[in-house]
Amino acid sequence: MLSRPGMTEIDLAQGVLAGDRLALARTLSQVENGTTEGKSALSELFPYTGKAHLVGVTGASGTGKSSLVNQLALYYRQTAKRASGPLQDEQPRQVAVVAVDPTSPFTGGAILGDRIRMRDLAGDPGVFIRSMATRGSLGGIASATAAVVQVLDAAGYDLILIETVGAGQSEVDIARLAHTTIVVEAPGLGDDIQAIKAGILEIADVLVVNKADLPGVENTERALRGSLNLAHPLPHRFMHHGKLEMVPGQPIAPNAPETLWVPPILRTVALDGTGIPKLAEAIANHRAHLEATGGWEQRERWRLQTELDLLLQNTLVEDFRARLPAGAYEQALEDLQERRISPFQAVEKLVDGAG
Amino acid sequence: MSDQKIRVLIAKPGLDGHDRGAKVVARALRDAGMEVIYTGLRQTPEMIAEAALQEDVDAVGLSILSGAHMALVPRVLELLKANGQERVKVFLGGIVPDEDVPLLLRMGVIGIYGPGTLSDTYVNDIRKAVMAANA
Repeated sequence: MLSRPGMTEIDLAQGVLAGDRLALARTLSQVENGTTEGKSALSELFPYTGKAHLVGVTGASGTGKSSLVNQLALYYRQTAKRASGPLQDEQPRQVAVVAVDPTSPFTGGAILGDRIRMRDLAGDPGVFIRSMATRGSLGGIASATAAVVQVLDAAGYDLILIETVGAGQSEVDIARLAHTTIVVEAPGLGDDIQAIKAGILEIADVLVVNKADLPGVENTERALRGSLNLAHPLPHRFMHHGKLEMVPGQPIAPNAPETLWVPPILRTVALDGTGIPKLAEAIANHRAHLEATGGWEQRERWRLQTELDLLLQNTLVEDFRARLPAGAYEQALEDLQERRISPFQAVEKLVDGAG
Repeated sequence: MSDQKIRVLIAKPGLDGHDRGAKVVARALRDAGMEVIYTGLRQTPEMIAEAALQEDVDAVGLSILSGAHMALVPRVLELLKANGQERVKVFLGGIVPDEDVPLLLRMGVIGIYGPGTLSDTYVNDIRKAVMAANA
């Protein structure tokens, strides 16, 4: 659909590596659409990936994720431009943003509105913003997001901000994709039980209370801190009904996979940029922590495993469907609907019937 | 497993602040199964062309009620072309006097949809134009 005459897939990957923005945009579409051109471009680009720091930004709708991403990218670019002489290794030079919004379950269409909050980044050749629709995926990002990020990585963007859809509780796929996950909260969105439910808070490497100029920010921060304290108790003493009580703190398991990282809680006001330098510092600290403890390789491995498993599943299912006799699947579905067989029996029958 | 969608950028260039029309069109295109990148108010032609490039869109819809269409539209078309995106279809909404319509169409605008246009009209026009360009 999107191949321009005279632009073959080899040109696409070469164009991406050479810094051609049109080739990059085209490649992203091909990859998102899962075309043959996209797949072969990905294969060509894959050896050049693995350099970028992938930072996920997630949280409920209306907490200010897009504005925060805008400010973060702006901050990185200003730092990069101000620096006289070479930048330190951990300071990103070029920033890409992948912003995901939901696809309508009924029409397949989508409104992708994250760019509205990112107008400060317009006109900067060191920034590339791409909007994506989830296209039916339920984990808060699209199934092609990992591949899109790989292309941007190969194109030389050394920090990639991935903004999820407005995520409530269980949209935690981002933790499998990003090295560092930022969970954004805002005052007034729910009581402290929300903070102890399983799910999104558990994946946070950095917690941000955005809109920190609004009333109620202390309560939100206290609820988050309380929830974190249950997960990572620090040693402390306190008076309870006149008695001195003591919490000894969390024993550190000798063979803990990643030495303990306690997620910092930071206040920001994304509208005016308050707290952004501190947030950038926390992101850099988390990266340094991952690199020092072997967590970086571990997360890479985890991510690639997720991707491999997913691809394997898809390929096997497609292959299986291709080998099914015509009409067998529809027949099984009809038998199910008529309650002639159970779902388990249907699967058994289909697997036996495939050539 | 390829999944191809028509991607449309909806933008409001210039300084007027009336974005209801742009939002209605965005919503109608969404309901027609398209992916709509909505960029909001007060976009310069440069910002629009850059967003169209990064998002690799098939079409760009411009909503202009300020009367500045004869300045803004040629500039957007020119920038799209300079970026190698002459394939991208441009359509207009808002207030455009009748005498400007033939001029704009000659420049390459695929359609001009004023107040009262049925959404089916521009949905079908856009779909047809994009299909033809990609055939």
